[in-house]
Amino acid sequence: MPLVPLSERPPVMELAGINKTFAGGVVALDEMSLAVNAGDFISLLGPSGCGKSTALRIMAGLTQPTAGKIDWPSGQKAGDLGVVFQEPTLMPWATVADNVFLPFRLRGKTYNSVKDEVLEALRLVGLEKFQKSYPRELSGGMKMRVSIARAMVTSPRLILMDEPFAALDEITRFKLNNDLLALKEKIGCTVVFVTHSVFESVFLSDRIVVMAARPGRVVREVTVDAPYPRTEEFRTSADYAAHCRAASDALHSAMEAA
Amino acid sequence: MSLTDQLAPEKMPGAGAVDADEARRQARMRRERIARWVLPAVMLLATLWLWDRIVVWNEIPHYILPGPDRVWASLTGDWDILFDAALLTGRITLMALALAVIGGAGLAILFNQSKMVELSLYPYAVILQVTPVVSIAPLIFIYVESKTAGMLLCAWIVAFFPVLSSTTLGLNSVDHNLRDLFRIYGASRWQKLWMLQLPSALPYFLGGLKIAGGLSLIGAVVAELVAGTGGVGAGLAARIQEAGYRLNIARMFAALSMIAAMGVFIFAALSLLSHLLLRKWHESALKREN
Ligand SMILES: Nc1ncnc2c1ncn2[C@@H]1O[C@H](COP(=O)(O)OP(=O)(O)OP(=O)(O)O)[C@@H](O)[C@H]1O
Ligand SMILES: [Mg+2]
Repeated sequence: MPLVPLSERPPVMELAGINKTFAGGVVALDEMSLAVNAGDFISLLGPSGCGKSTALRIMAGLTQPTAGKIDWPSGQKAGDLGVVFQEPTLMPWATVADNVFLPFRLRGKTYNSVKDEVLEALRLVGLEKFQKSYPRELSGGMKMRVSIARAMVTSPRLILMDEPFAALDEITRFKLNNDLLALKEKIGCTVVFVTHSVFESVFLSDRIVVMAARPGRVVREVTVDAPYPRTEEFRTSADYAAHCRAASDALHSAMEAA
Repeated sequence: MSLTDQLAPEKMPGAGAVDADEARRQARMRRERIARWVLPAVMLLATLWLWDRIVVWNEIPHYILPGPDRVWASLTGDWDILFDAALLTGRITLMALALAVIGGAGLAILFNQSKMVELSLYPYAVILQVTPVVSIAPLIFIYVESKTAGMLLCAWIVAFFPVLSSTTLGLNSVDHNLRDLFRIYGASRWQKLWMLQLPSALPYFLGGLKIAGGLSLIGAVVAELVAGTGGVGAGLAARIQEAGYRLNIARMFAALSMIAAMGVFIFAALSLLSHLLLRKWHESALKREN
């Protein structure tokens, strides 16, 4: 996908004045507005409890906001998206291939009609040899790859990820970071990625939305203008360090303000 | 981008590389495997021998306590009668178990799909469960014409509840993230039930089934005792009762051992079924390397 400058990307999803107050009066989100544009890699970065998961659930249509509205200007239905949770969330009774087949199966497709897509998705995450394995035979990182393959198999335009790599070791996480960027490049989707790691958000995203807690809200947006594809060299570059400092500063000032 | 080199199976160490620790562990596992069968068998033989000695040394008359030799003689001598009786009891037990599965799992699914049905029926399922079947059975045999149907009903009442409650628990124990995922993909209620809830409930259901297997045998035996002998032919429990009236204690023991064997058989068969269905994916069937 050719790199479209941030300012020229058409919007796919717009959150306007979203508020979410849970029973008991916890304000998980207050006045959250965010335009997600086609091709963005957006990270939601913030301390625990600032409403990142809640925001993602609202985008996925799993939770209704108390106030505000969510718009899909490109006409995309809320249902056409892929989701990756913090846990791999695989069906233990189904093989790897059947797990990746799930989104198609729920749309009434037969396995044979989408076999190519399923195998291609598994190939992209490097697990084509494991299509007949059951989840319990895989390591944590491999399970997460299956989960990513499942989210991408239908080539959705928007993929939501909630701290997908938080439970993995650093080496695996770096590897999956690289793979995720390559995959995104390949299928040209938009990603909203929740993380509490400054380093991860800078490496992956071109827009970092910094949030603060009590009440959960967006305090600042940091743009990471380093070009893609980003490689391991980027991780050690001065550019990366500078962006990490900027994001970190934004996060700290957000937390002090809270 | 590909993980292939990282995932390539590691070179197996040569057979000679097995260290002393590993060898010790394997030897221990071998010993345990043999002991698993040998120890109970030795225990059984010792018990039979002691039983025999007690009878002989104390000169206990056989109408009070027969020795194992007499029980064995009864088992082989009365085999035709006992085998027919076992067939009858076994048939009632299995039919009751089948009905318990259909009724228990069916009700669980129905309750899961309709809260209203659950609210109206669940209390009665509990009442049926907590009322001792011995106290309901006499009534059942007054109103139910067919003895077979009466016995089935008794056995079913005892056996269906564990299937119902464990399947209900299973249907509600779906991983909440998977549930969300199904919602995101717009799964229908039917798809959710079939592809998500039923597989999630399977291990729970099988646990309930194992309990129900034993209970349906108990139900069948109780029903026979209440229904009494005569009529269509007698099952094992009725034979025990009948032999008791005639002070044929040896036959009582023989019939009792057959009931026990039947119970063990049902349990073993259901355990095997459970293992076969779960071994590929469920944690309970996972063989640890050490
Ligand atoms: N279902 C719920 N009912 C009541 N309160 C909730 C519920 N879900 C979340 N909250 C509250 O909303 C706030 C935001 O929660 P959320 O899970 O969105 O945080 P988060 O930013 O994802 O945190 P973390 O980084 O720990 O995952 C928290 O204070 C939490 O207690
Ligand atoms: Mg969260």
